[in-house]
Amino acid sequence: MIDKVIASCDEAVADIFDGAIIAFGGFVGTGYAVNLIEALHRKGTKNITAICTMAAAGLLPLHEAKQIRKMITSFPVFYRPENMPQVYNPFEEQLLAGEAEVEICPQGTMVMKMWMGGGGYPAFYTPVGVGTPIANGKEIRVFDGKEYVLEQSLRADFTLIKAWKADRWGNLIYRKGASNFNVAFSTAANVTIVEVDELVELGELDPSFVHTPGIYVDRIVVKEAKYPEVKLIWTEKELPSEVTHLPHVGKIEPVT
Amino acid sequence: MALTRELMAIKVSREELHDGITVNLGAGMPALVYNYLPPDIEVLLQAENGVLGYNGAPELDEIDRDVMNASGFYVTLLPGASFFPSHVSFHMITGGHVDVGILGGLQVSELGDLANWIVPERRFGSIGGAMNVAVGVKRLIVMMEHIDHAGRPKIVKECIYPLTAVGCVKRIYTDLAVIDVTIEGLVLRETAPGVTPEQVEARTEPKLIRAADLKEMEL
Repeated sequence: MIDKVIASCDEAVADIFDGAIIAFGGFVGTGYAVNLIEALHRKGTKNITAICTMAAAGLLPLHEAKQIRKMITSFPVFYRPENMPQVYNPFEEQLLAGEAEVEICPQGTMVMKMWMGGGGYPAFYTPVGVGTPIANGKEIRVFDGKEYVLEQSLRADFTLIKAWKADRWGNLIYRKGASNFNVAFSTAANVTIVEVDELVELGELDPSFVHTPGIYVDRIVVKEAKYPEVKLIWTEKELPSEVTHLPHVGKIEPVT
Repeated sequence: MALTRELMAIKVSREELHDGITVNLGAGMPALVYNYLPPDIEVLLQAENGVLGYNGAPELDEIDRDVMNASGFYVTLLPGASFFPSHVSFHMITGGHVDVGILGGLQVSELGDLANWIVPERRFGSIGGAMNVAVGVKRLIVMMEHIDHAGRPKIVKECIYPLTAVGCVKRIYTDLAVIDVTIEGLVLRETAPGVTPEQVEARTEPKLIRAADLKEMEL
């Protein structure tokens, strides 16, 4: 019998070791495994190398406890005009203090590194980054008269992802725009741990609409909080009208 | 009169969004364009985080936490919209399936090089999906202020800031002018109302070629 369901988030992350490379799905305010990240925070794992599209947002608890030493990311910092709400980002302070480091990676290259890594391809050529600092020290090759840069694929020790529904085999579906990096990242880790809103019986998910087949999933936890919530990443300032619909502004969407 | 950000968004929307095309909007100023979609045409807005066919902002009581664009704005959906994961989204972008990309800029060179992700005085910058958009879309538009906060031209002979992509920009919309990047050089197409070509030229580092049909913008 195949049953990947784990009783608690704490149990699901119990073997994540100091120095682990961990990939985190999620983007801005959606698709983070919020409760698994909280469990990792409680566990206190140190010297994490995090693969995630952005600092702050869903990773805030780990930054605040200085658990992430290095990020492979496309958004390590957020510089915004002075009249705009500013992002609360302790990772930036840690970078400036030399306590943390970053490997900057274009977002599309980062997700492709994981998708390729998950499929067993060690590297790939991309037109992205040619003629920019991203290509420094990397092989450039010409195909049909156009330059491409060789990027090495990535794999992680663990991936923490968030899905909407799962069955005990680990088949997953994501809700609306919350699939983001979760699908690619789920394929490229030694251990893929998924937090889901709902566990359903085998056969309940329509096989035609499974987004991540269970083969990629090792552990499933049903979310523990009543309402998973990414902590606010903007400070409380008077908001210009154009940003009233940002998802992470507390005034508009109070934490419940 | 320099255009406000809103007027720039309206201008870009009117000029660049055509029936049937797919458009990717970058963060910052370009993100405002989604509030000014021309009526009566079907334009598909594509966002890196995995949505095609999104529409303007929802009412507060209609917000769905799982429906946003790449700027982190909550959005609504057109009938016919689709969701997909990020690696598929970047497959679309880098693979040339998106017609128009609209990005912000720190500097654009006369050869159409774009720098828009890091200011050297700051030790760190964020690239996001801009490099993929700059390289992948069929037509890349940059929307930016004509001069920076220190009064320096942002349209330069050669970018001093680290590049986002080489030779990618086709047209620049600023608060003062519309400028095309061509093989012959930068061509001044339009000036903002009340702004003279001489004023634009004085705020632009490389030489501008005045278009034969150079005109003042109609807003």
